[in-house]
Amino acid sequence: MKYLLLICSDEDQVATLNQEDGEAMLAEYGVFAEEMAARGVLAGGERLRPTADATTVKVRSGEVLLSDGPYAETKEQIGGYFLVDCADLDEAIEIAAKIPGARVGSIEVRPIWPM
Amino acid sequence: MTTPFEAEVTEVFHREWGRVVATLIRRTGDWDLAEDSAQEAFVIAVERWRRDGIPASPGGWLTATALNRAIDRLRRAAMGRQKLRDLAAMMPGPDTPDPDESGIVDDRLRLIFTCCHPALALDARVALTLRSLAGLTTSEIARAFLVTDATMAKRLVRAKAKIAHTGIPYRVPPAHLLAERTTGVLAVIYLLFNEGYEASTGADLVRAGLCDEATRLGRTLTELMPDEPEVLGLLALLLFHDSRRAGRVDASGDLVPLDEQDRTRWNAAAITEAETVLDRALRLGRPGPYQTQAAIAACHATAADAAATDWAQIAGLYGELGRMTGSPVVELNRAVAVAMADGPQAGLRLVDGLADSGALRDYRLLAATQADLLRRLGRRDEAAEAYRRAIDLAGNERERRFLIRRLSEVAAPARP
Repeated sequence: MKYLLLICSDEDQVATLNQEDGEAMLAEYGVFAEEMAARGVLAGGERLRPTADATTVKVRSGEVLLSDGPYAETKEQIGGYFLVDCADLDEAIEIAAKIPGARVGSIEVRPIWPM
Repeated sequence: MTTPFEAEVTEVFHREWGRVVATLIRRTGDWDLAEDSAQEAFVIAVERWRRDGIPASPGGWLTATALNRAIDRLRRAAMGRQKLRDLAAMMPGPDTPDPDESGIVDDRLRLIFTCCHPALALDARVALTLRSLAGLTTSEIARAFLVTDATMAKRLVRAKAKIAHTGIPYRVPPAHLLAERTTGVLAVIYLLFNEGYEASTGADLVRAGLCDEATRLGRTLTELMPDEPEVLGLLALLLFHDSRRAGRVDASGDLVPLDEQDRTRWNAAAITEAETVLDRALRLGRPGPYQTQAAIAACHATAADAAATDWAQIAGLYGELGRMTGSPVVELNRAVAVAMADGPQAGLRLVDGLADSGALRDYRLLAATQADLLRRLGRRDEAAEAYRRAIDLAGNERERRFLIRRLSEVAAPARP
């Protein structure tokens, strides 16, 4: 089954990381991604720019409406994701728990709806 | 009146429902189909068995019949190739050995671990366990949890949908997850028991029935996991609690404190069984919170009268339990035991320490315990104030009545 693992964290906290901690975090993500690729479960994953760079788009009565910022103002925001293809929810949970961001923020595990 | 035949069929239902549903879910992968087919099989069984007698292996008969009903239902509904493929996979054959016969995992164990999966909301885990494993109807569960049938039906539908959509595996967890998940299963059973125990009065029979369901599930689990000391510990704990059921409330439905209970009304057979089960658990040499709680319950259950209770031993056990769980509620219980062993002053010191830590602010039993200890120390004004706080926080009407009675005792003008 495929699952999208959404990495949610407090952006302000991430922004205030000093260079050393930031690099250490990136290195951890590198190790995680390598490990999962070797295991054969990784189907994709990216880091996202912060919500300050987000544009929200909606169409109402045929008109395209834009707003600056994320679709919802919440303390934690999606900062990145991994797409994994694994056996079941237990394996997805196990993988999610290994994402470095799980220790500071949280990971939302969403099964992909097969079409 | 229940005839012997009806009583036996009811017994078979309790014993076999979970097994039939569990096997059907494994074979069909469809929870609703499994439940509907099991239901149908039981209806057929009542008719057939009334005429022919109950077969030697009623469980096998019911599973085979339910499987046939499921195949029939699928056949009727089969429209595309997918359904027919499902059907082919279900057909009994050499490639689908019956796990009970081949000595592999009991399907009921798969079912209970799936029902109690931590990705499901706690209330959903409880409801699903009662429906699938214990065989309660949706409205019985709704009444037990004081919600409408529609709410409960929705809860069950959503839980089953989450299992199907998110890929919650139908299995006994692998070794590295087993301990943690077993703790989760035990928590669901204990919660179920407590729901019933809190409400165990004559007027609330449906909820009181939850105690029986929880004990039955606990017993089943000890059959399925005979070497897990905490599984045994939980069953012992439930049996000890349950043994006091008849003595807990008086004729008018009021709560009777432990030290005032008529011990001849306690269920001696349940106490003996509990002791045997606890003994088995302790001999496995892996202590845990349920075993410790059962050991505390044993101290109460085996004391000849309230005065003979070994409070020092109980205080020591609560200390152990506190180290395992880090729970302030356990510390409160230890304070009560210390008060009994070393006097109310020693107990009150611990309770006041807890109150100052703020960990149990607004916890009704903290105020009630303070009130009781102050009353025993003769500090009537402070006791009255604590009783008033406890009354504001009281959990149910019976508890409130008990506290009001105590308040009137300490608030009454002192006799000259």
